[in-house]
Order: sequence, then C-alpha cells, then structure tokens
Amino acid sequence: MIRRRIVGDYLVPAATLVGVLVAWEAATHVFRIPRFVMPAPSAILAEGWDWRYRFLGHAWVTLYETLGGFALSIVVGVPLAVLIVYSPTLKNALYPLIVLAQSVPKIAIAPVLLLMLGHGEIPKVIVAFLVAFFPVVVDTATGLAATPPELLDLSRSYRASAFKTFLKVRLPMAMPFFFAGAKVAITLSVIGAVVGEFVGSDKGLGYVILSATSYWKTELAFSSMILLSVMAIVLFGAVALVERLVCPWLAPAGEE
Amino acid sequence: MIRLDGVEKTYRTRRGDLVRAVEDVTLHVEENEFVTLVGPSGCGKSTLLRLVAGLTPATRGAIRVRDTAVSEPFTDVGFVFQQPVLLPWRSVLDNVLFSVEMLGLEPRQYRKQAGDLLELTGLGGFETKYPRELSGGMQQRVAICRALLPDPSLLLMDEPFGALDAMTREEMSLELLRVWEERRKTILFVTHSIPEAILLADRVVVMTARPGRIARILEVGLPRPRTIESEFDPRFKAASDEVRSLIFARRAAAR
Repeated sequence: MIRRRIVGDYLVPAATLVGVLVAWEAATHVFRIPRFVMPAPSAILAEGWDWRYRFLGHAWVTLYETLGGFALSIVVGVPLAVLIVYSPTLKNALYPLIVLAQSVPKIAIAPVLLLMLGHGEIPKVIVAFLVAFFPVVVDTATGLAATPPELLDLSRSYRASAFKTFLKVRLPMAMPFFFAGAKVAITLSVIGAVVGEFVGSDKGLGYVILSATSYWKTELAFSSMILLSVMAIVLFGAVALVERLVCPWLAPAGEE
Repeated sequence: MIRLDGVEKTYRTRRGDLVRAVEDVTLHVEENEFVTLVGPSGCGKSTLLRLVAGLTPATRGAIRVRDTAVSEPFTDVGFVFQQPVLLPWRSVLDNVLFSVEMLGLEPRQYRKQAGDLLELTGLGGFETKYPRELSGGMQQRVAICRALLPDPSLLLMDEPFGALDAMTREEMSLELLRVWEERRKTILFVTHSIPEAILLADRVVVMTARPGRIARILEVGLPRPRTIESEFDPRFKAASDEVRSLIFARRAAAR
C-alpha cells in the first residue's frame, strides 16, 4: 500500500519530468535549434550555475519586493475586510473602489506609479500589493460573514461584547478563508514584483529576464524564470505551512 | 416563570413587506416545567424562542421572565439550535467551556463540571477530539452540554434533534429526559415531531401557521419518569391523535 503511494505520488511525476527534459535536450540537438530560440536544458543549467552569485543579489531584491507587497496586502486587506463586514455604509463606500482598483490592469498602472514614486524597490512593492490585496479582502470578508447566525445569537444571549465575539468566534471562523486568499496573494505578489521590474529597474529577476532577452541570452532568461518559479513555489509552501500550524483542525481526518 | 401576554411579532422583509410571525400569543410556563411547541413550518415557533430570550423585541404584548420584563438578552438562559454550531477549531471540552467563557467567567474553574457533563451525556473520553471527528448526535450532545454548563434555569431548544436520524432522535429524547430529571430546569422545546412533543412535555402547545397562533394547549397526563414504553400508553395515542387532528384540521380549513 505504502509502496504504491510512493510510486504514484513521487515516482510517476518525477519520471515524467525527467522524460520531458531528456526529450527537450535531444530535440535541440537533433533538430539543431538555435540556442537563442530554444536552449537545451543543459545549457540553461550551465548558465544558471555561472550566474549563481549574481543571481543571489537579484533574487533577494525580487523576494524583498514580493514579501513587502504580500505583507502590505494583509496589513491593508484584513482591516478593510473587517470594515466591510461590520459597516454596511462603509461596504457601500469601499466596495466599488476596491473593485475599481482590481479592474484596472496592473501593467497599465505600473509605469504611472514608477513615474510618481521614482525608481527603487518601493514602487515594485506597491505594484505587488495592488495585484495581491484583492483576494485577501474578498476571501477574508467572505469568511467573516460566514459565521452561522445561531452562533452570533448565542454570543448575544450570553451578553458577550461585539469585540469578544469578533475575537473568539468570527475571526477564527474566517481563518480558513483568509488563508485561501493569502495563498493566491503570495503567488500574485511574485507576478506583481516582476511586472514592476519589467517597467523600469536595474535589479531583480524581472530585470534579468528583460535584459537577457534583449541581448538574445535566452539561457539566462530561462534560468531566471526557473528561479522565479522555485521562489513562488517555496513561498506558497510557506504560507500553506503557516496555515497548517494556525488551523490544525483543518488537517484531513486521521493525519494527526 | 415565563409569562407571555398577547405577544405579537411583525417583521419587515428586505423588500419592505410586513410579515406577521406570531400573533396574540398568551402562554404562562411554570418553574421547572417542560413545554413543547409543535406546529407546521413557518408558524413562528423559533421567533417565539428568540422573543423569550430577548434577542428580538416584541411588536406588541408583554414578555416577563421571573417578573422582569424582557427587553434585552439575559444570562440565565441556555440555547440549543437545530444545528450544533460548534466551533470547529476547539476541542470538545473547549466547546463546552465556550458558554462560561462568553459569560465572562473563568473557564478553568468549570473544567471539572464540563467533564462531568460530558460523562453524563456519554461523551467521556472524547474531550480532546475535534467536533468533525464526532457523529451528528454526539455533536448535538456537546451543544447541549455547552448550554447546561453555566447551569441556567431556562433552556430554549429550537428543534435540537431535527437534523438527526429517527433512531438517534428517540435515543436523544430519552437522554434529555434523564438529564432533566437530574437537573431540573424550565424547558421550552420547539419541534416538528408530534411523538417527540408528547413524549417530552408536561404541556404541548399546538400552533397554527402564519401568523403563528396558539390553537390549543394540551396537558400530557403520562407519568414520569417516561421511557420508551410511555409511547404504548393509550393516553399517548389519544394525545397524539388530538394534536394531529388540530394541525391537519386547520390545514384543510385553510385550503
């Protein structure tokens, strides 16, 4: 049983990945594809290895922008969700603005923001935040509103204060929803940071991809992309891990 | 203990229509009496419980509990709903302690009593489980323990066994009676089930649909403590026939 699970869960996807890489490597040699059109995996790996020290600096910048945007999306998004749920007036006032902010294409905002805020990391943090905050607000608000009315009646019949009810009932009830939003937000803030870097920067993995392609260094662009993907996956995993620690009751039955 | 005099409740729906949920309800409940409210859906039974608890104000009439007019929630009351509405992130024991915590009492001082209550309802050994690891009937027992822990003198139960299967339901009714024999309380119990209403109650309040009015109040003469055999008593059959005819006669007349 356990052996079958290992084969199914790990061996099959790993073998598929290796198969794709081998086919890719072989195709570039057999069909003599120019390296700037489609470099071989081995070339991408070699280029990435050459760049390992320089990558460190650029990856750090992108990580910093991503985490900054993500943190901001939570610090701003969660209180916004609370306001929306608790005040119908504020909901009517804020919801259209939030939806408007969400519907403006972020790639279109980025150049304007850079114009307003200048260069450096801050404008990228803002772009990452703008891309990421929407799911945090919407999911947290949904979670806060999802408390069964009976529980609110129960709290009221015990004459508990609204703040106590918020802290002990509504907030924990919203946690799984909040984390659903946060998991989307973390991957979106990676995209936001890279979009910010595309528009104008001299640092970060987005900048490396953009300058590599303008010099026809496709291997370098590919290795940056891989690094970015790895970063996004690790960040997603980290949020999922925090979720498991904060919401242990959500673990599938029989796994404790 | 509870006195409802000429109580009426009218709601305004979101579309602005006025809906009369209950009308001219006069009902006096004695201390430690077990009263069941039975009637078709939408007869305002749940509204009546919310009115007694002070969760919603009456449009007309007077509601008094222990000679005090009810205008806001008061703490001497326990609530059990159709759904257990437990907190999924809390263990069974911490769910039971939720009531004293919300009352502003020190939960640590109630741990032993909470454990005793769980023992009494057959949940000993489940203290550290999460609610989702329990069956529906067990979850509802936890909700009942939660309501009983602060030892309120009034228990309001809104179709508490309505979501359970028929067998668990009967078992739970008898168990509730056993707990009630041990810790006497005034209980107002809403149900759809005629046999359940008769098996549990000292008096059965039969209500009509929309607006909810009291059709008749029946004394159940069955001796206590009641058991499953009580249902074979001819008085049980007579009472259930009477309730049934009251509910269905009104329905036929409405058509």
